[in-house]
Amino acid sequence: MKKRLSLLFSLMLVLSVFLAACGGFNKKESAGEKAGGEKKADVPQELRVNINTEPFSLHPGLANDSTSGTVLRQTFEGLTVIKNGKPKLAAAESYDVSDDLTTYTFKLRDAKWTNGDPVTAQDFEYAWKWALDPKNQSQYAYQLYYIKNGQAFNEGKAKAEDVGVKALDEKTLQVTLENPTPYFLELTAFYTYYPVNSKIAQKNPNWYKNAGPDYTSNGPFKMVTWEHNNKIVLEKNETYWDAKNVKLTKISMSMVNDPNTELSMFNNGELDWAGSPTGYLPTDALPQLKQEGKLHVQPIAGTYWLKFNTEKAPFNNVNIRKALTYAIDRKAIVENITKGEQVPAMAAVPPTMFPENKEGYFKDNDVEKAKEYLKKGLEELGLKDVKQLPPITYSFNTNEAHAKIAQAIQDMWKKNLGIEVKLENAEWNVYIDKLHSGDYQVGRMGWLGDFNDPINFLELFRDKKGGNNDTNWENPKYKQLLIDSQKEKDPEKRKQMLKDAETILMDELPVAPIYFYTNTWVQKDNLKGVEVSGLGDVQFKWAYFE
Amino acid sequence: MLRYISRRLLSILLSLFLIITATFFLMRAAPGGPFSGEKKLPPEIEKNLNEYYGLDRPWYNQYFDYLVSIAKWDFGPSFKYKGQTVNDLINDGFPVSFFLGMESLLLAVSLGILLGVIAALNHNKWQDYGAMIFAVLGISVPSFIMASLLQYVLAIKLGLFPVARWESLQHTVLPALALAATPMAFIARLTRSSMLEVLSNDYIRTAKAKGLSKGQITVKHAIRNALLPVVTYLGPLSAAVLTGSFVIEKIFGIPGLGSQFVLSISNRDYTTIMGVTVFYSILLLFSVLLVDIAYGLIDPRIKLAGGKKGE
Repeated sequence: MKKRLSLLFSLMLVLSVFLAACGGFNKKESAGEKAGGEKKADVPQELRVNINTEPFSLHPGLANDSTSGTVLRQTFEGLTVIKNGKPKLAAAESYDVSDDLTTYTFKLRDAKWTNGDPVTAQDFEYAWKWALDPKNQSQYAYQLYYIKNGQAFNEGKAKAEDVGVKALDEKTLQVTLENPTPYFLELTAFYTYYPVNSKIAQKNPNWYKNAGPDYTSNGPFKMVTWEHNNKIVLEKNETYWDAKNVKLTKISMSMVNDPNTELSMFNNGELDWAGSPTGYLPTDALPQLKQEGKLHVQPIAGTYWLKFNTEKAPFNNVNIRKALTYAIDRKAIVENITKGEQVPAMAAVPPTMFPENKEGYFKDNDVEKAKEYLKKGLEELGLKDVKQLPPITYSFNTNEAHAKIAQAIQDMWKKNLGIEVKLENAEWNVYIDKLHSGDYQVGRMGWLGDFNDPINFLELFRDKKGGNNDTNWENPKYKQLLIDSQKEKDPEKRKQMLKDAETILMDELPVAPIYFYTNTWVQKDNLKGVEVSGLGDVQFKWAYFE
Repeated sequence: MLRYISRRLLSILLSLFLIITATFFLMRAAPGGPFSGEKKLPPEIEKNLNEYYGLDRPWYNQYFDYLVSIAKWDFGPSFKYKGQTVNDLINDGFPVSFFLGMESLLLAVSLGILLGVIAALNHNKWQDYGAMIFAVLGISVPSFIMASLLQYVLAIKLGLFPVARWESLQHTVLPALALAATPMAFIARLTRSSMLEVLSNDYIRTAKAKGLSKGQITVKHAIRNALLPVVTYLGPLSAAVLTGSFVIEKIFGIPGLGSQFVLSISNRDYTTIMGVTVFYSILLLFSVLLVDIAYGLIDPRIKLAGGKKGE
């Protein structure tokens, strides 16, 4: 019997050894963080944010998610950077553009990689061709399709030498574009356009997988720690050309994927920033934070809309689509459901790109007009009564907020138009599959801009079979306007063309816009200079604590 | 004993094979793929990716190749996390989940047994009622509510522990408590009822008659026999707890395997889904085997090999 008891104890002992062995913690660092927080006179310039999840990849050519973008934007620098909503020269010192807007020649400034290597034009050429090379499996290669033969090379129909990017010498980069692209300087600020240290990358193809001496970058910060799924630590990059304007010495990025925890950590002083664009705030907490005056709200380039499958009855009738679109009370939705001061959307392109779109193309909650259009639509379909309409199903991906919006709209359509709607939800991947394959009637979707130009939203509906159209809607006049706008050099005229195209879209309504997205966050009061762009991207280069 | 174990190992292999097969086909049957997203990829890029990861080949080729690589313990690259293999994800995530699981298991077992014994020894007294009210609360409050409650009281109001994250030993206390609450309550109830049963047995009375002290009787005679149901429960419990809890790991921002598992499904990260499933299954199957073996050690009346006659 004693033997058995000792067996039990030895088991316990083994367990406790396991416990001790697993404790690979970094105690020194958390102690250091605490000590830093107590100094008053000299405010420590250490920022703690939450980035929610593990970035998919910290290789600029492989990254394809916003979390990776958030990290890369601090550690790398493109030819341009977005500040106050406009592209500003960054790694480039100056540029020339040919009269036909298809050839850009960039002069690079003297800058260094974190390991001391100079940043050269070859590094840009290498990085862009690397991302376009089909054997590197970059999902965002299409961001570089604006470059001449970029798409052809990526599809294996052209050689690397044919791609329109060329280092004329160490500091001169010549880029030839497929078409005139009026917003090309916006694109060069995007992470797929960042350079890669070609000397390191050729030597060590695995340079981007972990932090370390081979992870070299050219931005205001360098990555010193990357514990997968746990945290990333950035420190100020002393070799950065503009280092004197970088005040933060350290940025700790934790990966906590729970909005309630994120807010609690902020309230408990473990974070200096909670919410967008790096994380999320719990919707339920927004009204109270607003009341306390802590909530920061900024409109961003994103639209929440309902897509109509225009090939399925009754949505093949434009008047029915209009009736349904006009009968939605958007103000009620943003005030009672989303609660983040979202802007009711009566247009497709967000006001960050077209400021006049705050007003939109029609009136919100215009029940009278909706009823008129419904009557007209029913007549055209040869129906006497709304009851004769084919059954309508509203689809959305499973999510509390989407469900609430769906229920609200279901109620509005029933009350205002007498139309009965069934709701149907599915897991995200299942849902997106149905939407892309046209197996739906009405479905919700959000669209966020990649770069600051209305074309981002309008080109979705250019081609019926375009990958993200989903509505099966196509309009020759609309299509022509978008094609022509690509070649227009005068920005005012181009804008008018895009506005004309949007007018067509808002008259035909293959989509019913609901609201424009906003970023909502809370931050330490003494944190200044954080740059959140109209696209909802964050740049910490100019941030500091007072 | 050896024959028994080898027979069990064989059945484990068979179950594993069935699990792999079922998961493989169910996963492929689910709509959507690893590269489908809000912004649809140009078809050429998608085709290229499918070729690279071998998703364009016939299913039987993929299936058999997969079986071979599992046998070599190579789960392949993650589809979502570029540059990380599934083996990396498991090697990084499992120790964290394991550590947290061990900590909460220790808490659950030691506190649970203690509470149960106290309750049984003080049957129908205030200690009994107190312990059992505690246990009912532990069983009925779901772990995510327990987690938020602990965060609110111990971290925000009292400032004893950090709210979340995985940095130092201090950071592990709240998630371990939250994870331990339910099993602890369960163990307390189990111990109490089987303790009560054991205490009414003749051999306890004999021990008392022999003049042994109450402490000696409890520790040497009663607890040992009362623990059998707890051991039964311990097998599946440790498998469940050691592999990590998605909810707890999410709320506390812990880089464990539990959250990987759930995320991989919504990401349709095929290789990760398979890798983690296989890993979990092995863990679960072996922990059940271990419990069966442990029975034999604790209770000599249970014969594993079907018994030799006359013993």
